[in-house]
Amino acid sequence: MAAQTAGAAAAKATATPKSDDKEMLISGCEAIAHACRLADIDVVTAYPIRPYDTVMQMVSKMIADGDLDAEYIVAESEHSQFEIVKHASAVGARVFAGSSGVGWFYAFEALAVTAGLRLPVVAMVGNRALDDPGAFGCEHNDALAVRDLGWMLTWVETAQEAMDNALIAYRVAEDPHVFLPCAVSVDGAFLTHSQHLVKVPSKEKVDQFLKPYDRGSKLLHPDNPITIAPQVNEDWLIEIRKQNDEAMKRAQGVIVDAYKDFNRIFGRDHSPFLEEYMTEDADVVLVGQGTLAMPVKVTVRKLREQGKKVGFVRLKWFRPFPTDEIQQSLKRFKAVGVIDRDYSFGSPYSGGVLYTEVRSALYDLANRPLLHGFICGLGGREVTIEGVTEMSEILLKTKQTGKVDKQVAWIGVRE
Amino acid sequence: METQASMDIQKLDSFKGVKRVTVEEYFTSGHRTCQGCESALVMKLMVKAAGPRTIVLGSTGCMYVANTTYYTTPWVVPWMHTQLGSSGSAGLGTAAGLKALMRKGKMKKEPINVIAFCGDGGGIDMGLSAISATLMHPQYNLLILCYDNESYANTDIQVSGASPWGANTTFSPPGKAHRIMHTRWKKNVAGMLAAGHPACRYVATVCASYALDMMNKVRKALSTGGPTFIHSLDPCPKGWDYDPMYSHELGELAIEAGIFPLYEVEEMKLKFYGKTKKIVEGRLKRRPVKDYLSRQGRFAHFTEEDIDYFQKKTDEMWEKWILPGVIPIQPEKDGGK
Repeated sequence: MAAQTAGAAAAKATATPKSDDKEMLISGCEAIAHACRLADIDVVTAYPIRPYDTVMQMVSKMIADGDLDAEYIVAESEHSQFEIVKHASAVGARVFAGSSGVGWFYAFEALAVTAGLRLPVVAMVGNRALDDPGAFGCEHNDALAVRDLGWMLTWVETAQEAMDNALIAYRVAEDPHVFLPCAVSVDGAFLTHSQHLVKVPSKEKVDQFLKPYDRGSKLLHPDNPITIAPQVNEDWLIEIRKQNDEAMKRAQGVIVDAYKDFNRIFGRDHSPFLEEYMTEDADVVLVGQGTLAMPVKVTVRKLREQGKKVGFVRLKWFRPFPTDEIQQSLKRFKAVGVIDRDYSFGSPYSGGVLYTEVRSALYDLANRPLLHGFICGLGGREVTIEGVTEMSEILLKTKQTGKVDKQVAWIGVRE
Repeated sequence: METQASMDIQKLDSFKGVKRVTVEEYFTSGHRTCQGCESALVMKLMVKAAGPRTIVLGSTGCMYVANTTYYTTPWVVPWMHTQLGSSGSAGLGTAAGLKALMRKGKMKKEPINVIAFCGDGGGIDMGLSAISATLMHPQYNLLILCYDNESYANTDIQVSGASPWGANTTFSPPGKAHRIMHTRWKKNVAGMLAAGHPACRYVATVCASYALDMMNKVRKALSTGGPTFIHSLDPCPKGWDYDPMYSHELGELAIEAGIFPLYEVEEMKLKFYGKTKKIVEGRLKRRPVKDYLSRQGRFAHFTEEDIDYFQKKTDEMWEKWILPGVIPIQPEKDGGK
């Protein structure tokens, strides 16, 4: 049911009158594999962990069938997986890797230096709970862990968006004004393994959007014998950090431009940072990332039938964080509830990561909305209509009383 | 099916004598290694042997931190840092990137040497898994060179899996209750890698005390193609505690005492060379290990008993191993009955 509705929504959003797109019923993982093929990646590294790994099953088959020409390396660990693509990227290759949960953490050292080196590696994270105890289900703490390092992070809702954002990720990451890695976060199981109807464009169209990766003066090659990443210490590191900071700031504008081109070339109508759902006259809104958008949208429609003015704002890019857009959007509402499919133990009000970020972004507003944080759906537990209704009722009550009783609540936890 | 490197490899003939060695240097001034540092010499000889069309990847260690300080570099060839445990992956990623780009017409076709180096901490401890994985990929041309100075020398001389038994390091200091704090025998890395990696067509051990041999092994490794491995024993004045003027001599003593055998395994054929060859053929008697141990402060706490144990373990390498000096497996004497 959920997949069908999402598929219909995706088809509606992407319908163009004269399109040579091929419509395919594929999963989020398969959609990203098609983006890899269309981007003509040069080097790809795989290592098995659920649920991201379906993308590599797809990519390896594309290579086996001759649909993609790339060096395909099955590494012996996630650390090697990400080190290999990091170095391939340094010699000018367009690369792809991915992981999930603790696998992403096993690569953590490589992830840190990839951002530090300003290498435009594009990765997929199939969001998964961190062990222990073992759990395959979706949580966002894996991808969120790199939020301070210089990785760009985008969350997607549908298979269509997974493919589109993977292409946009290459475009933005490889822009010489940016040169930062980018991870496309795909909710484990809910999107990695559920199928949607996806408009897959032609290679020719993608070539218009995505120019070849050019490392320029940073290319590691005997014709350009540079030394990369010498020891800097206190003499220079802070200046280099500042450069990375500037690059991340520039990424914001580059993303906006990339969406303009993307929408023009592919006939889509994506907005870059936020998707607003029934917010025009809303009193209160929920904010969230990824596939929980589906049950939230369904609940919003149901509540609207009861005359309750609830809306939803979906955040598409967590890094760079669209502070202005979030301010302009959320200042219109009386109360806002941030849904986290993650946790941050010991944080302010023991809120989730997204709650804390949104709260920080709203601080300078003259008229801040009243703010709630909701932690739910951990370990892949379904975010239900009942749960979203409960959150909405809390927001509506806060709107009435004008006061937040309890900043953060866990929703759907058995007592 | 692609079973070995299809991209052309550079053909680097052996230097026939020291007078035929090329004069150009690709590792020059701009570093700040210790006086008497043998590993700096290894870097210089390694890249001299490889020539200008080479990319070098250096994992964290002395040869990173002491060599490349921002705004200076001794590297004339392109050079890039890699993480402590990533020499194997760095070499693999670089070779794979070049290969894909050249095959797909995105980069001018030419054979480019790829060398990834690591110290013993990075290579023999942390990075062993990635090196092992890399040596399994026949289709990529790269050399991994481990400069083994037998400790984490960059971080203050801590014990590694390649430190000799009993050595005094900052993590294994002799004390009143325990004279020997490092109780592990040195890991047999070249033997293990040569024996266990069917795709690896060349493994060698070297010592820069024999500079010409050392350079020629590098040239052979690069000319053989596929993933290759060289293990270099590098005397370290700071870590081994001796006067820097004796680095060359200590390298010779390690070979003459039979502690570090010199050999190459080419296409699974074992060849000893230099003084090791003479030892194996019975033309040179091994020196007592005491001649080597007594020259270094790291063994100053050794008793006669410790020296005897070290000698006994070294003798076993030559008298009991199925492949003396290389493979330690021994057949059961009674045939397993």
